[in-house]
Amino acid sequence: MTPAEIRDEILDILEDISPDEDLDDLKDEVAFREQLELDSMDFLDIVMELRKRHRVQIPEEEYGELASMASTVAYLEPKMRDIVKT
Amino acid sequence: MTDPNAAKNSADHYDTIIIGAGMSGLAAGIRLAHYDQRVCILERHYTIGGLNSFYRMGGRDYDVGLHAMTNFAKRGTKKGPLAKLIRQLRFRWDDFKLAEQIGSSIRFPGVSLDFSNDIGLLENEIAERFPGQVDGFRSLCDSLLDYSDMDGADERFMRSAREVMAEHISEPLLIEMLLCPLMWYGNARENDMDFGQFCIMFRACYLEGFGRPFKGVRVILKNLVRKFRGLGGELKLRSGVSKIHVEGGRAVGVVLDDGTELTATRILSSAGNVETMRMCDDITEVDVARAGKLSFIESISILDRMPQSFGFDRTIVFYNDSDAFHWKRPDDELCDARTGVICSPNNYIYEDDEGDLPDGVLRITTLANHDRWCELPEAKYQAEKVRQYDLAVASSVRFMPDFRQYVVDTDVFTPKTIRRFTWHDNGAVYGAPTKQLDGTTHLPNVFLCGTDQGFVGIVGAIVSGISMANRHCLQP
Repeated sequence: MTPAEIRDEILDILEDISPDEDLDDLKDEVAFREQLELDSMDFLDIVMELRKRHRVQIPEEEYGELASMASTVAYLEPKMRDIVKT
Repeated sequence: MTDPNAAKNSADHYDTIIIGAGMSGLAAGIRLAHYDQRVCILERHYTIGGLNSFYRMGGRDYDVGLHAMTNFAKRGTKKGPLAKLIRQLRFRWDDFKLAEQIGSSIRFPGVSLDFSNDIGLLENEIAERFPGQVDGFRSLCDSLLDYSDMDGADERFMRSAREVMAEHISEPLLIEMLLCPLMWYGNARENDMDFGQFCIMFRACYLEGFGRPFKGVRVILKNLVRKFRGLGGELKLRSGVSKIHVEGGRAVGVVLDDGTELTATRILSSAGNVETMRMCDDITEVDVARAGKLSFIESISILDRMPQSFGFDRTIVFYNDSDAFHWKRPDDELCDARTGVICSPNNYIYEDDEGDLPDGVLRITTLANHDRWCELPEAKYQAEKVRQYDLAVASSVRFMPDFRQYVVDTDVFTPKTIRRFTWHDNGAVYGAPTKQLDGTTHLPNVFLCGTDQGFVGIVGAIVSGISMANRHCLQP
């Protein structure tokens, strides 16, 4: 997946977790926590959805990498590079 | 069951076995099945719901326990327990469509406080009836713990709620009145409340408020089961767990009442703390004193008219017939009707297209003693149901218009009924007084959810199932 495709995938997961949220104006550099009402349960869901959909494993000590869209895409890029978008 | 690796590959092996198909077990099951676990929910009863079940009798639908769902939130709200569970279980707001209460009251001799889903009403009522206390009430509101402090780590959690209230409010009667609904809707401890539990219930009842699905609790249960099954989850009714089999310090599986053996990587139990311990075959003696003691009878009246037609528009009335509120099990009597809760499911603001419920209904709950009810021989039991219904209704009509001439049908459930639906010791409605907030047990792969873990009520139980599934069963 390209970084743009990874970004789309994260948006899709956020949409799934939080269907009432307007994600059109999401700022990539600003923390999710500041823009969306996400708490630790929601971050667990992002991790779990990535595992369910793409078999991507994220160790608990690295959950912090998922703070914003930009940091998430940068963190996932090496892990998801070889995954073919379906 | 001796070779764990062989067991793991067998058709009867589950990632997680959940004991109990109540709100918490079903919610946990949805979380785990959504993330592709092989999950089985085992329920001893022939129907789902546990304490919050439903039944049909004489052509009418009844709820077992539901008066109101606490933790009301308007569609699209982003914070709070109801929003949380809708997100976590991937429901839509319409799946939990709740009608708001018209309004409720706390009635003590000579004084009444109304409240609604807008805390401003209660504040105004306090300002009017107890003018010197409203600042204290506001400072009490400001001192409440937040939901994020509810893991029990905050040292204030275990403080006496009465003590904390007395630091803000100097009028004892107001303290009693404010405690009455909160203890009735979610306090397993006699006489006092843990401050943490007080904060949970204060938010749930006063700050968020009451709502009800038009068709009652069955709507919620059916949505939960449909979602669970749609994700591939298995639900086995009439499948009581007689034993949790322990080998080498770990649970390896369960044995059902009929002898069937199932293995699992982990077990999540909503059966209650003491009740779960008793199932574990590595434990010989269980400290039954830790089980809860508070149980109720509920006297249900079907009326030939709507309550509003004779001037009763209250959703819930919490009454107490003296200035002191006695929250304890009646030791020497079957029931104690000095305090009670009157609820009318008719008195909610339903949508126009929903219309009215088919009948006028009043439900009255009073305190009861499980052991005394269970000791009664069958004929006496039936006679006492009639007698205690009369006493409960006679007590309640001191605080509302007398409706006795409008009654066309009645039903009563007792602590014995509650035990039949829940299998909880003593028919304890709100579980053990000491909660196991982290959900752990003496075994590394057996966990608790439901009333003995933490939150109570429908929303509370669902949140309990979700958070225990997340914490103990999902993370790799």
